[in-house]
Amino acid sequence: MALLEIRNVTRRFGSYTAVDNVSISVEAGEFFTLLGPSGCGKTTLLRMIAGFDLPDSGQILLDGRDMVGTPPEKRPVHTVFQTYALFPHMTVADNIAFPLRMAGKKTHEIQTRVADALDSVRLSNFGNRFPNELSGGQKQRVAFARGLVNRPRLLLLDEPLGALDAKLREEMQMELINLQKEVGVTFVFVTHAQNEALALSHRIAVMNRGNVEQIDEPSKIYGFPKNRFVADFIGKISMMNAQVLEAAPTHLRLDVGEVGEVTTAGKEGIKAGDKGTIAIRPEQILISHPSEARRLKNHFLGKVRDFLYVGDVTTYIVELPNGAFIEALLPNSAPGRAKFFEVGDQVSISWHHDAGIFLND
Amino acid sequence: MSRTNIWLWSAAGVIYAFLYVPLAIVVLYSFNDSKLNAEWVGFTLSWYKTLFQNTEMLTAARNSLFIALSASFSATLLGTMAGLAIHRYKLKVLPILVFTPVAMPEILLGVSLLLFFLQVLNLTLGMVSIIIAHTTFCIGFVAIIVRARLQGMDESIFEAARDLGASPWQTFRLVTLPLIMPAVVAGALMSFTLSIDDFVITFFTKGVGEPILPIHIYTMIKVAVTPEVNAISTLLMLLTLVMIIIAAKLESHASSSANATSRKAK
Repeated sequence: MALLEIRNVTRRFGSYTAVDNVSISVEAGEFFTLLGPSGCGKTTLLRMIAGFDLPDSGQILLDGRDMVGTPPEKRPVHTVFQTYALFPHMTVADNIAFPLRMAGKKTHEIQTRVADALDSVRLSNFGNRFPNELSGGQKQRVAFARGLVNRPRLLLLDEPLGALDAKLREEMQMELINLQKEVGVTFVFVTHAQNEALALSHRIAVMNRGNVEQIDEPSKIYGFPKNRFVADFIGKISMMNAQVLEAAPTHLRLDVGEVGEVTTAGKEGIKAGDKGTIAIRPEQILISHPSEARRLKNHFLGKVRDFLYVGDVTTYIVELPNGAFIEALLPNSAPGRAKFFEVGDQVSISWHHDAGIFLND
Repeated sequence: MSRTNIWLWSAAGVIYAFLYVPLAIVVLYSFNDSKLNAEWVGFTLSWYKTLFQNTEMLTAARNSLFIALSASFSATLLGTMAGLAIHRYKLKVLPILVFTPVAMPEILLGVSLLLFFLQVLNLTLGMVSIIIAHTTFCIGFVAIIVRARLQGMDESIFEAARDLGASPWQTFRLVTLPLIMPAVVAGALMSFTLSIDDFVITFFTKGVGEPILPIHIYTMIKVAVTPEVNAISTLLMLLTLVMIIIAAKLESHASSSANATSRKAK
């Protein structure tokens, strides 16, 4: 039995449907992420799991028990808020002791568990400080410790890393993964940052307009997006309209307008004549001078329109004869060099026959 | 100093003189060794001595103190609840209902309360009616201060308390109340100062019974402004000043720590 089971949950605000008939099940010990743009319903769903909001229809089961009608304080679920929500009038130790006190634990037990919790987030010497004397990262760790100290069945995390700067966020991501492994508590994590979701999660549910578009492991979500929304939302991808010419189990032959014929990996349930989209990740595209082009099945000429240097790689935006743009990545393996091609250069674009993904409409 | 600066400073000087010279004169003459408020004769504390021997004046002061304490206590209790309700339930009519008495002309409030006590409640005018009247116009002030404090705070703090196992009552007792406490105390002090020197509403609702300080001072002036009146006025001024300063300190402290909380949210 799944630890958390969300069954056909719908939540409306007036005429606006925030969560539309969503079903998700989360296994014990999982790091599960709800990913989507703002307004996709992920936070509403989280608030319903915590008990701050109630579904209009559907069920939320925890260990098989329906949680609807159970107030937040009676649910074995704790939340780490985006704003940390530490109690400003209490010390760090009192903040962490709060859930233990509410659970009626004995004083000596509270003391040892608070000390352990402080230790686990490397804040042993900070117990007597007040929240406003801490840095953002430290507040964040106190919030984690407070959420975990009473060992909830489920820890909900509402964009907890959103307020941190990029460098600190990366550090906290590593810490979060380790923390979750250590305590073994099931995490349900909400974020709009796709790279964060890919880095942290065991499984991701991609949400859009109150619906779940796809639930999968990070590599599946990235490598095999189910539809245009998922493909577009996760990472960078170039997309062109295409029609299936031939559907074999091992490969698909596609007609991509003026670009010509493209071969891509086979996919179940696709037949000749289907219309859809061919989507290719920038790192799967090989870009080279036309003279030294490798002879791959998918091979086209284009013109460099723009490029973006970001340090480790440079992204080239190449225009194909049909006017479509394709993005290609090139690692900057030669130090001090920002680009290999100039704007306006003729280049060869190619990719392996199994690199693209066909997404039917 | 530039030309505009001189004008600016002298304009400011005149305005402040206009505000504070009359008060200073009252304080000064309360120490004057003469029965007339005309010329400075010499320093004395005798007017304070006569003041403390004037039993009627002392009774009036004791009554006013009792009224101010009772009214500010009940206004703080009700005003805090009103502030919390206005913040929680985003009902537009709620703040209007609570804040209107603050803006209402006192004379109107006095007359309507008088009518209400006599015609509707059939109440004998006295201490009780004054306390109720003072409470009504103080509630709004307390509610305004408490709501301002709540508005500056991160809402998820209260949700976090529930989330971590606190019942609604525990959340109020352990989180909400400590956080709004500076505003509650500031509201109480504000109510106290408003109540202790209120004249108009007290005048309408006091009836014929016990002497009340502001009214008693007024009746003494009807004869002549004696140095004794200066002395009691000085004491009243001192008390009010202390209260106002504490209230202002608490409020600024409250808003700065509320800002600290909301800054975290960014």
